[in-house]
Amino acid sequence: MSGISRRKFLTCTLVGAGATALSLKTTDAFASAKLEGYPDSMGVLVDLGRCVGCRSCEAACNREQHLPAPAQSFDDPSVFDQTFHNGQKRRTDEQAYTVVNRYEPTATDQPVYRKSQCNHCNEPACLTSCFVNAYTKTSEGAVIYNPNICVGCRNCMIACPFNMPAYSYSSATNPVIKKCIFCYDTRLKNGLPPACVEICPQQVMTFGHRKELIEIAHERIKARPDRYIDHLYGENEVGGTSWMYLAPAPFEEVGFDTTMNNEPIISNVKDFLGTVPMVLAIWPALFTGFHLLATRKHDIEQHGDDHSAHKEEEKKS
Amino acid sequence: MKIKIIIPVIIATFVFVAGLSPLMAATTPPAQVRIDQLSKDFEPVEFDHASHVDMVGDCGECHHHTTGTASNDPDCMRCHNSGATGERVACRDCHAPDPFSADHLKTTSEDRKRYHRDLLGLKGAYHRSCTGCHEASGGPTGCLDCHLRTEAGDALFRAGKYTPAPTDKAAGH
Ligand code: SF4
Ligand code: SF4
Repeated sequence: MSGISRRKFLTCTLVGAGATALSLKTTDAFASAKLEGYPDSMGVLVDLGRCVGCRSCEAACNREQHLPAPAQSFDDPSVFDQTFHNGQKRRTDEQAYTVVNRYEPTATDQPVYRKSQCNHCNEPACLTSCFVNAYTKTSEGAVIYNPNICVGCRNCMIACPFNMPAYSYSSATNPVIKKCIFCYDTRLKNGLPPACVEICPQQVMTFGHRKELIEIAHERIKARPDRYIDHLYGENEVGGTSWMYLAPAPFEEVGFDTTMNNEPIISNVKDFLGTVPMVLAIWPALFTGFHLLATRKHDIEQHGDDHSAHKEEEKKS
Repeated sequence: MKIKIIIPVIIATFVFVAGLSPLMAATTPPAQVRIDQLSKDFEPVEFDHASHVDMVGDCGECHHHTTGTASNDPDCMRCHNSGATGERVACRDCHAPDPFSADHLKTTSEDRKRYHRDLLGLKGAYHRSCTGCHEASGGPTGCLDCHLRTEAGDALFRAGKYTPAPTDKAAGH
């Protein structure tokens, strides 16, 4: 089944934008009507309290996606001690679509491990920000992209509220975005769970229909209120995500941004999207602009963004 | 007339069979159980069932309410307050080896009122039962304490002879 086509999305957005002009209330109705995503969307419920930090999921992802060898073995726990400037923990990048980090929240005597990857939003900001239609939200719930269409403008990197898309530096002439695709090509579209879900010894991740996972998550909270924070992260954040989380400690203490709005990021990029037809007319000039922006951002990141600086060093060494 | 005799016979037979199976299971536990669900990346585990029976003593600790003993979990006890509820004793008889297969998801989706629809799969059940207890009792909890990795497993974890050459770039800064 095909996903939301770019055109359909654009049409909806433009209708939404038109509605904004008429009344604010209509926009709200539009937003909430769209919040449910695809009715049969699949999802993953991640129960952080179950994770033991074995990093099998990172290894399985590396094998499934044919990613390059990591700097250290996947069974080397010393990676949990790595921090970059400002105490930032490991992040996903073009060589690792998922990473596990360790947190020591005050509420638990045990450390809490958190696996992160693309959350496969119901209303993906990456998709709406991409002006060449490289992204698709499939009916199974995956947010995938076509590397042959991606021009490497890095709009999606900036738009994503979870900082998930990474920029491939391996090819200077054809840089593309890289991120978790829910194992769509090899698994999800054939009715199989992603590789990380399948390998996890602790069943930290439960794969199933998103709608049912929401019920299951709330049942777990209800059955063991002592074990869980009473919140399902991703049920509503940024309009809902296919990957959702239960935690034994406050979410902000285990690496989550809890300032996230329940409105999809769409509204932020709406203005940008409104200019898209114009883009077609002034494409060359605009593209040069994007290029300049991208290179400028790159320069800034070499000094400002620790993770990119780290990657740059990797490249040099 | 005949029916009046047949019914008690049926009931008696049922009671006998239902009572016997858990009892039999409880009296003849296997000394060893071979666990080979992960045999692609790990060697099979020869689980020493006998020594765990000696150590733990209470079958219900791992088998919940299925071995003729009642469950130790007060939540389970609300329904399973006698031990004779199950004839299925092996973990895999309830905990599916493929909990996320399309077929399995279909059955759980169609039966949304089922209390046990959020049941752990086989691998999750083993690990959470084993590591939970091992943590509490000081038993081994490292992956390689119980599992020997195959060559494919070493390749997967980039360990053993597949360990990446050391560089200084991994140290962070
Ligand atoms: S988490 Fe980021 S990359 Fe993933 S779907 Fe949402 S916006 Fe896109
Ligand atoms: S495989 Fe499971 S238990 Fe291991 S680190 Fe990943 S999520 Fe945690």
